[in-house]
Amino acid sequence: MYSQALNTKDAAAADTSPEAASFQARIDAEERIEPNDWMPDAYRRTLIRQISQHAHSEIVGMLPEGNWITRAPSLRRKAALLAKVQDEGGHGLYLYSAAETLGVAREELVDQLLTGRAKYSSIFNYPTLSWADIGTIGWLVDGAAIMNQIPLCRCSFGPYARAMIRVCREESFHQRQGYEIVLTLARGTPAQKAMAQDALNRWWWPCLMMFGPPDTDSQHSDTSMRWKIKRFTNDALRQKFIDATVPQGHFLGLTFPDPDLRFDEASGHWQCGTIDWSEFRRVLAGDGPCNRERLAARQKAHDDGAWVREAALAHAAKQQRKAA
Amino acid sequence: MQETPRIRMLLGLADDALIHGHRLSEWTGHAPTLEEELALANIALDLIGQARALYQATGLPEDDLAYLRDPHQFRNVLIAELPNGDFAFTIARLLLVATAADLAWRDAATSDDSDLPAIAAMARNEIAYHIRHAADWLIRLGDGTEESHRRSQNALDALWPYTGELTVGIDRSAWLGAIEAVLERATLTHPADGWMQGGGRDGRHTEHLGHLLAEMQILPRSHPGATW
Ligand SMILES: [Fe+2]
Ligand SMILES: [Fe+2]
Ligand SMILES: [Fe+2]
Repeated sequence: MYSQALNTKDAAAADTSPEAASFQARIDAEERIEPNDWMPDAYRRTLIRQISQHAHSEIVGMLPEGNWITRAPSLRRKAALLAKVQDEGGHGLYLYSAAETLGVAREELVDQLLTGRAKYSSIFNYPTLSWADIGTIGWLVDGAAIMNQIPLCRCSFGPYARAMIRVCREESFHQRQGYEIVLTLARGTPAQKAMAQDALNRWWWPCLMMFGPPDTDSQHSDTSMRWKIKRFTNDALRQKFIDATVPQGHFLGLTFPDPDLRFDEASGHWQCGTIDWSEFRRVLAGDGPCNRERLAARQKAHDDGAWVREAALAHAAKQQRKAA
Repeated sequence: MQETPRIRMLLGLADDALIHGHRLSEWTGHAPTLEEELALANIALDLIGQARALYQATGLPEDDLAYLRDPHQFRNVLIAELPNGDFAFTIARLLLVATAADLAWRDAATSDDSDLPAIAAMARNEIAYHIRHAADWLIRLGDGTEESHRRSQNALDALWPYTGELTVGIDRSAWLGAIEAVLERATLTHPADGWMQGGGRDGRHTEHLGHLLAEMQILPRSHPGATW
């Protein structure tokens, strides 16, 4: 998901200390772990990576949608989109704060993003080519985020769980708003309907990839599950998303770009065709359509803002000297 | 569109807010800090909201006014449409424009127009925050480093010829007093009043407005009659 690059092997050294045993007992009892509580180093590291990758995704995610703020087709849509992108920035802010409770500074996390040491969700490396992409991102990308983040509201780490509760409320508002944009287009002129169909064609598969690699490839999940950082596997969340979304798409009168998509009576689930995991790995490795632009835009904002941040610090220091 | 004196007055206020809000919204994703992303988006949202309330008060469809007028039909002051420049330019403009808007809204609050006093009550609360935000930053920038001081002074020097139009219809000395109080704390100065640019209220704009509108209006213009 927003932390999909975590699905790599991170062998948590088997810790047999009494602290580790009582830590696991608290987790098993569904207690929340707070920043000052004892925690295994690997738990701390995993959370810092997951929460910061989630934060980076919110921030980088402002770029593809921000691309349409100046071209939103009505004043109502312009205000709603601006407010949505602002919400995503707010999510980034809470998440950086949650990560900071684990003893890492925001500056260090931003540096990891800019130097390519930290990842963000692969989905934000795709371009927004038409207004329908804005509706489709709300409907599908925020929709997928919600599927992933609702279980995170019960994450064992307190600050992350609490941040997710607030974030999820806003994401579901974004999802409904996005769906309503697509609905308006689907009921609109032939050109608008074609725009909506084209957006679905481009976003559907990358959205399925947001949940991360199939369970058969993802060894990391076991530890995260034991620590209750993660509660469902990638495939289980992906299936929930497909089951929720396919009927919505059909209601819109749109066609999913998957000739193998079919409803399986026996299991009661929608089954999709084969996901092209080579595309996923390529985008994650840096060769998506917009990886370079996204990082360059963040780097430029960071560089252009350096003199502003220096000025704020210099002024604060002068004020402090005066007060002393 | 029949532009009665009332509609012309409302469009002046509304176009100022929309065009300035549009410029501020261009910062989204590119601001110097994450906190500032949120603040600039917030101010842009306030201004777009004010523009909508004012367009609605004309009794004409708000989106027709925003999306289907040509540049010469826009009534905003030129300073609102200038490109953002650096952060110092954006902040200095925000202070100059918001301080003038506050005075204009003060008058509007007591007018006998059917809609203006209610809109003014909302707008004045918002503008008070915009002024505070801009003043706080300009003081930091003016007082901060040599570079931030230089950039802020350059911004004021470049903006000053656009302030004549800004204070038509309000008390320029009241406006100047409020600006000078901030500049003093920021260790900045303003140039003497000289030749002032103008024409925005009459629809004579800078080269920048056409580009801004071409971008803003693209969808409604290329899909006539569609609803969004
Ligand atoms: Fe978000
Ligand atoms: Fe999110
Ligand atoms: Fe969202």
